[in-house]
Amino acid sequence: MESPFLNEIRQLPSPNSSFASSYAFMIQINKLAKKYKYAEGYSVNPLDLTIEEGAVFGLLGPNGAGKTTLISMLSSLLKPTSGSFTIDGLNYREHKNELKQLIGIVPQEYALYPSLTAYENLSYFGSMYGLQGNSLKNKILDHIEILGLSKFAHTKIVNFSGGMKRRINLIASILHRPKVLFLDEPTVGVDVQSKNVIMEYLRQLNAEGTTILYTSHHLNEAEQFCTRVAIIDQGSIVCKGTPKTLIAQQEGTKNLEDVFLAHTGKALRDHA
Amino acid sequence: MHKLWASTYKEFLLLVRDFGGLAILFLMPLLLVITITLVQNDTFKTLRETKITILLVDNDHGKVSKNIQENLKNSPLFEVQMQASEASVKELVQTGTYQLGIVIPENLSKDLNLKVAENVEGILEKFGAEEERIPLVKSKLEPKEIKLYFDPATQFAFRNSIKSGIDQMVSKIETQTIYKAFQEELTDNPSEDIFDTEPFLLFKEIVPSDGEKAIIPNSTQHNIPAWTLFAIFFIILPLSINMVKEKNQGTFVRLRTHPVSYATFLGGKTLVFLAVALVQFALMLLVGIYLFPLIGLPKLDVSGKLHLLFFVAFFVGLAAVGLGLLLGTIAKTQEQSAPFGATFVVILAALGGVWVPVFAMPKFMQVLSKISPMNWGLNAFYDVFLRNVGITELLPEIALLFLFFVVTVVLSVIYNERKNAV
Repeated sequence: MESPFLNEIRQLPSPNSSFASSYAFMIQINKLAKKYKYAEGYSVNPLDLTIEEGAVFGLLGPNGAGKTTLISMLSSLLKPTSGSFTIDGLNYREHKNELKQLIGIVPQEYALYPSLTAYENLSYFGSMYGLQGNSLKNKILDHIEILGLSKFAHTKIVNFSGGMKRRINLIASILHRPKVLFLDEPTVGVDVQSKNVIMEYLRQLNAEGTTILYTSHHLNEAEQFCTRVAIIDQGSIVCKGTPKTLIAQQEGTKNLEDVFLAHTGKALRDHA
Repeated sequence: MHKLWASTYKEFLLLVRDFGGLAILFLMPLLLVITITLVQNDTFKTLRETKITILLVDNDHGKVSKNIQENLKNSPLFEVQMQASEASVKELVQTGTYQLGIVIPENLSKDLNLKVAENVEGILEKFGAEEERIPLVKSKLEPKEIKLYFDPATQFAFRNSIKSGIDQMVSKIETQTIYKAFQEELTDNPSEDIFDTEPFLLFKEIVPSDGEKAIIPNSTQHNIPAWTLFAIFFIILPLSINMVKEKNQGTFVRLRTHPVSYATFLGGKTLVFLAVALVQFALMLLVGIYLFPLIGLPKLDVSGKLHLLFFVAFFVGLAAVGLGLLLGTIAKTQEQSAPFGATFVVILAALGGVWVPVFAMPKFMQVLSKISPMNWGLNAFYDVFLRNVGITELLPEIALLFLFFVVTVVLSVIYNERKNAV
C-alpha cells in the first residue's frame, strides 16, 4: 500500500508554480557580519546576498572562509554582530520560532543519539518540530524507505555506517518539510552509493519546492547540483553567479574548481 | 506539552540503554548506605562489644593500681595487656600497633592513701577538737600523674571519650578511698557500711516525642536520611555528563535550530532524573527495612510517615536535579563537570551536616551551612525520621528546596540564552 506521504509529495507544486510566496527572494541578507569575541578580524564581513525561492545555492570557499559561520547565523545558531536577514519575509529577530519552523539544517557532524534507533532519533527530532501521532510515524517510515533504510529503522545509530548516518542526519532535518534547507557538507565521508542516494533525494526535494543553501568542498558535485554559487573567502563573497557564467567569465577555466582556485589562490588555508 | 513528553521519553530511552550507567546510578548509592551504616554501626559495636586493647604498666603494685586494673578488666570497652616498661608502651602505641597505653606511677596507692588520710584526719580534727585546735599541716605530696599514650592516628573524639572514661574511673576510685578512710577513722568494724557509695546522681535519656511514639535513634535512622540525601545529590554527575555529551555529539546544536525552548529541553531531563531520585530513595528505604535486619543492622522504621518521606524526597530530588541542570548548562566538557560535580556534592554534604553535625561546626561554617540545600534536606528528613513532625513543620525547608530548584533552572535558562541565543 502506498503511503499518503508519497502522494503528498507528488501533489506539491513545482518551484515555478504559484507555490512561490509573495516574496521574490527566499533569503535576503543585508550587511550581515560576524566578529567573534577576542578575534582580531571579522569572520564574515558585512555582506549582502539574495537567494531566490527554489534555488540550489552553493556557498563555496576554502577552510575558514566563513561558510559555516554564515550558515550558523542564518540557522539561529550564532548571533550576528551586525546586519540582518529575512527568510521567506520573516525577520530573524522578530520571528525566531516561526523562522526555525521554516528551515531545516543538515549539520556536517552526525548530530544523532548513538544509543537510540534510527526511528527513535527521527521521532524525537520530528516531535521537536511539532509533528506527532500517525503523521509523524508515516513521514519517518516513508523517508526511511525512500533513502533505503527500511531494514534498519529499529537499529541503533551506533551500529550504522557513515553513509547510513548521513542519510538519517538528512531525514532528521526534513521531516517537517522545511521551505529552506541548509546543508553543511552533506556528503562528506560517505560512499559513492550513499552519496548518489542523498544527492538524488536532494534534487527531488528541490523539485518539490525546497530552497537549498549548500556548502561543500566537492566542487564537481556543486557544479552539477547548484543553480547558483557564491565563492566566499576571508569572510567576503568574491564572486557569484551560475556555475556556467562563472566558468565563462573567468579566463582559462574549464570547471568550477578552476574558478575557485583562480579566486582563492593555491596557498594552503590551514587554521586552528 | 507534546514536546515535553517527547523530550522525557528520549531521556528515558537514553537512560535505560546505558545499562552500566543505570546500574551505577542505583547500585552505588545502595552500596554507599550499606557500607557507611555497617562501618558506623561497627564503630558503636567496637566500643560496646569488641574490646580495645590497653597496654598497662603498673609501677605502683598497690591497691589503687589493682583497683584500676580490675575496673579496666571489668569494663566492656577494654582488654588489658600488661607491659613491663613505659618505653615499650611508648613504642607500641607510637607505631600504631596499639591505640592506647596507660602508665600508673610509682607509689600511687601509698601516696593517695597518705593524701586522703591526711585530709580526713584534718577534717575530723577540725570537727572533733575545737578547743585544742591543731593547725593543719599542708601535705608535701605532689599530685600523681597517670600517663595516657594515644596512637597519633586516633581521632580527637575517640581520645576524648577514652580520657573521659578513665577520668571517671579514677575519680570513683579516689572517692571510694576517701569514703574508706572516713570509715576506718569513724568505726572499728570494717564490715559496717556507714556510707552508701553508690552514685546518687544518675542520667536518663529522654527521647522527645509527640506523645504517641518515641523513636529511639540508631545508626540506621541517622544514616539512611544522611546518605540517601548524599546519593540523591550525586545525581548531578550523570545529569551534567548527559548534558555535556549532548553538546559534544552535536544533538544539542541540532536542537537549537528547532522551535523548542530550552525550558522544555530541561523539563524532559527534570522529569526523568527526578523519577530516578525517587526510585533511588525507594530502594534505600527498602534496603533499610528489609536488608539491614538480615545483616545485623537496626531496621529502618518508616511506619506512618512514608508519605512525608516521599514528599521530602521529591523536593530534595528537585533541588539536586536543578543543580545538575545548572552544572550541565555551564560545563563544556566532562572533565569540567565530573570532578567539579563530585567535589561540589562532597562540599555541600560537609556543609549540610552529613558528616559533622552543624551545631559542632565553627560559627562561620554554621552560617554557611544554612545555604546548603543538603542542610535543608537533611533537616527535613530528620524532622520526619527522628522528630515525628507533620507537614506544616516541613514547609520552610520544602520551600527552600523548591526555591533552590527554581533559581537553578532560571539561572540555567538565562545562561543558555546569554551564551547561545540569537
